[in-house]
Amino acid sequence: MTYEMVIGLETHVELRTQTKIFCACPNAYGAQPNACVCPVCMGLPGALPVFNRRALELAVMAGMALNCRIHRHSRFDRKNYFYPDLPKAYQISQFYHPLCEGGWLDIQTAAGSRRVGITRIHLEEDAGKLVHDEKNGTLIDLNRCGVPLIEIVTEPDLRTAEEAAAYLRKLRAVLTYTGVSDCRMNEGSLRCDVNLSVRKPGQPLGVRTEMKNLNSFQSVQRAIEAEFRRQTEVLEAGGEVVQETRRFDQRTGRTSGMRRKENSADYRYFPDPDLPEIVLDDETLSRLQAQIPALPDQRRERYMSAYGLSAYTAEQLTSQRWLADYFEEAAAQCADVPALANLLVGEVFAQLSLRDTQKTGERDASLMTVSPRSLACLSDMAAQGRVNSSTAKTILAALFERDQDPEAYAQAHDLFTLTDPVALARVAQRALEEAPALVERYRAGKTGALKALMGKAMGLTRGRADPEGLQAELLKRLNPG
Amino acid sequence: MKPLPTLCTWPAARLAQALQRGEISAVTAVQAYLDAIALRDGDVHAYLEVFSQEALEQAAASDERRAQGRPLSPLDGVPVALKDNLCVKGHVCSCASAMLASYVSPYDATVVRRLRDAGLPILGRLNMDEFAMGGSTEHSAFGPTRNPWKLSYVPGGSSGGSAAAVAAGLAPWALGSDTGGSIRQPAAFCGVVGVKPAYGAVSRYGLVAFASSLDQIGPLTRDVRDAALLLDVLCGPDERDMTSDSTLSHDYADGLNADVRGLRVGLPAECLGDGLDARALEAVQNAAEALRRRGAQVREVSVPSLSAALPAYYVLSSAEASSNLARFDGVRYGRRAQAYGDLEELYRQSRSEGLGPEVKRRILLGAYALSSGYQDRYYLKALQVRDLVRHDLARALEECDVLLGPVAPTPAYRLGERAGDPLRMYLGDVYTVPANIAGLPALSVPRGVTHDGLPLGVHLLGGRNGLATLLRAALALETPLDGAPYAQGGVLL
Repeated sequence: MTYEMVIGLETHVELRTQTKIFCACPNAYGAQPNACVCPVCMGLPGALPVFNRRALELAVMAGMALNCRIHRHSRFDRKNYFYPDLPKAYQISQFYHPLCEGGWLDIQTAAGSRRVGITRIHLEEDAGKLVHDEKNGTLIDLNRCGVPLIEIVTEPDLRTAEEAAAYLRKLRAVLTYTGVSDCRMNEGSLRCDVNLSVRKPGQPLGVRTEMKNLNSFQSVQRAIEAEFRRQTEVLEAGGEVVQETRRFDQRTGRTSGMRRKENSADYRYFPDPDLPEIVLDDETLSRLQAQIPALPDQRRERYMSAYGLSAYTAEQLTSQRWLADYFEEAAAQCADVPALANLLVGEVFAQLSLRDTQKTGERDASLMTVSPRSLACLSDMAAQGRVNSSTAKTILAALFERDQDPEAYAQAHDLFTLTDPVALARVAQRALEEAPALVERYRAGKTGALKALMGKAMGLTRGRADPEGLQAELLKRLNPG
Repeated sequence: MKPLPTLCTWPAARLAQALQRGEISAVTAVQAYLDAIALRDGDVHAYLEVFSQEALEQAAASDERRAQGRPLSPLDGVPVALKDNLCVKGHVCSCASAMLASYVSPYDATVVRRLRDAGLPILGRLNMDEFAMGGSTEHSAFGPTRNPWKLSYVPGGSSGGSAAAVAAGLAPWALGSDTGGSIRQPAAFCGVVGVKPAYGAVSRYGLVAFASSLDQIGPLTRDVRDAALLLDVLCGPDERDMTSDSTLSHDYADGLNADVRGLRVGLPAECLGDGLDARALEAVQNAAEALRRRGAQVREVSVPSLSAALPAYYVLSSAEASSNLARFDGVRYGRRAQAYGDLEELYRQSRSEGLGPEVKRRILLGAYALSSGYQDRYYLKALQVRDLVRHDLARALEECDVLLGPVAPTPAYRLGERAGDPLRMYLGDVYTVPANIAGLPALSVPRGVTHDGLPLGVHLLGGRNGLATLLRAALALETPLDGAPYAQGGVLL
């Protein structure tokens, strides 16, 4: 009997607030080291935290979007441990009374729809960052100290690496839709810890290990697969899995032990006396509920029924809010929406990955430099056959370089499909004259030579000939009578 | 003691009046205090640092404002001194610890800003027990402060520098902090008034935290009226401190009077039994009698959980301290060990060298009380006791307006007498900690001098918004003290 894996995820998500969770410093990514700091987030003697209500509101909205119970009373606790990136030597978190509990998220996998249980969502502050430098040793950047986070903990409901990735993609979609977070894994605004154990189906849960701070969907998947292999091998060899924290090495694709349970810190959690209980009233809750927009599942259903899109295409288009928003804006200006959808998930996605120079594997809104209006126009030009598919690709690339009216661009560069039979006849004639060898081969029964002749002829029009018409003209001359 | 410049014998209110009338200048006043410090602080050692130059500059600015008819407040120009756990921008804030001996704060505490906004020049930083842990000011990394009434005696603590400075005439008034009695007990030991306002009345922003749920800043003054005047400057909500409470009153000086007719005064039986020095008991009984004569109704009450407040206090305050003081790790500021191999050793060495034995004792106690497996037995149990004490005091304060009792089991004791006996030292807080545990206002007001020349105080505790009532009762109890060091003037202006 084979083993199955049991996976639970803990995801840290940075909240999209203007300022940090306990002070007025900007919540900004990419500033000069230690430029966004003050006595509070530096943990200087005497400084006190002041809770940012906006962080609370975003966390509540995350809870609502993930179908959680929102507690009207919750508290902050101190998690005490020493580390140079933690200037107070405690992290303000919620341990005893989290904000949200008991929700779920539905994911789509090859096997259909699955529901993943959400155990809890709590608020906490981020720690700083250590920068290890050859010359200067270890430096500390405290800009990230006090950036507001939510930690989202799932039940051990996931069974494959693909499910884990699907959960993370769906989580990112829901959180970006609600405006809770940017969820940029490359900037660390979404980070994932994996808890994994293996068992034979039907058996009780095995001993789990934890892999911390995985920062791409790909590394989550690879870490899960590597750790599954390792645990299975340990058990097959008659050994026991030890409860511990393990590190996943991107280079070797293997996990290695970091810290055993018996050495794990005692965090001595206790309620933070500097921060009063968080109280939510009905009015606030209903105001926030009203701000939850249509979520990806709702939009996906709508795209399938209203536009007749396939489940796959609709899922792709709703995987990120900016993408769905973009699609809807373009669709409103477009005559053939399914064609637009195919153009988006096909050529546009290809362009986006081409432009993803940092290889994040994520579709970044900032790379989408073509306006919805231009794309809608291009899509219609292609759908109506006014430009052929290879020319459409050329125009799209040009639009990515500089957004402009595709009609005007096609006009200026003479890219409209050549359909005039007289012109096509002229092209066909010229192609045959310039390639007598191919003509000979064709006539000797090598019909494959037609393809080469088509390529030659197409080249003469810089790819803009109507392929059907052109082929007809070629055949007319190759097979006279 | 050496005689003081005459104006240093005045209460702050009188000094303020003289400034308002133009009888003296703020520069004269500050200079007089600088002279007094030069005369007496070699013996007393109340100050860790005197801001001579800056205080004179602030005084000159105050005189300038007065000359233009634009004083910042009626107290503009009256100097003040600060316990050294309050952050003053650009100055060391050492908490009397080797760990922070050279730590300079980049910002002002809210109370410091309020003092500046009212125009009070700051004379300097005052000695204390390290990180406010202790009751004698012997636990200072920079040497003890002495009681100005008798130099071989302790001034109490932890705000011992504040109490001694005010008592010796080295500051007209001072700020202290009170986590379990650290304003009231030294006030009693030094024969001055000490007030711990209700939790949330004064912003804690910029007070280096000892136990965040218990700490409060308050005034130490020569008389009750001065306390009310300084409270008016200090109290009030602050958006930098989420535990500050905007529902509390912050207007005490106006309408202050000594009318205690009909006031219901309770004497908790639990505070008058075993362990209380006869002289301290007598002071309480005399005070009760005085209030009765002035028309108050005095009766004995019972607050059964009071005896449990002290152990609960030591668990809670130490638990919070273990967390609050963890940031002093030698990494970013403060003392860092010279020699260390790795990060772990850097932490251990820096803290071993930088923190004193009493502070270490409390951190160990607190970390233990919070550790997994023991938290239920200690920390959570202490929280339950805290609720009980709150509840019992609230009930007692339905029957009474104020509770009258001793401040400490004994008057001041000799330097070194209890240094090796931390438990006995801790017992000294038994009457003061309930106010902190319950977040209630309380004060210590001088009430006589023992035959061997040590001042005595009595303790008043009131309802959450009852500080005005406490001040009224304190004013009724106030009598001049024979032989107060601050009254021994003689040097002419």
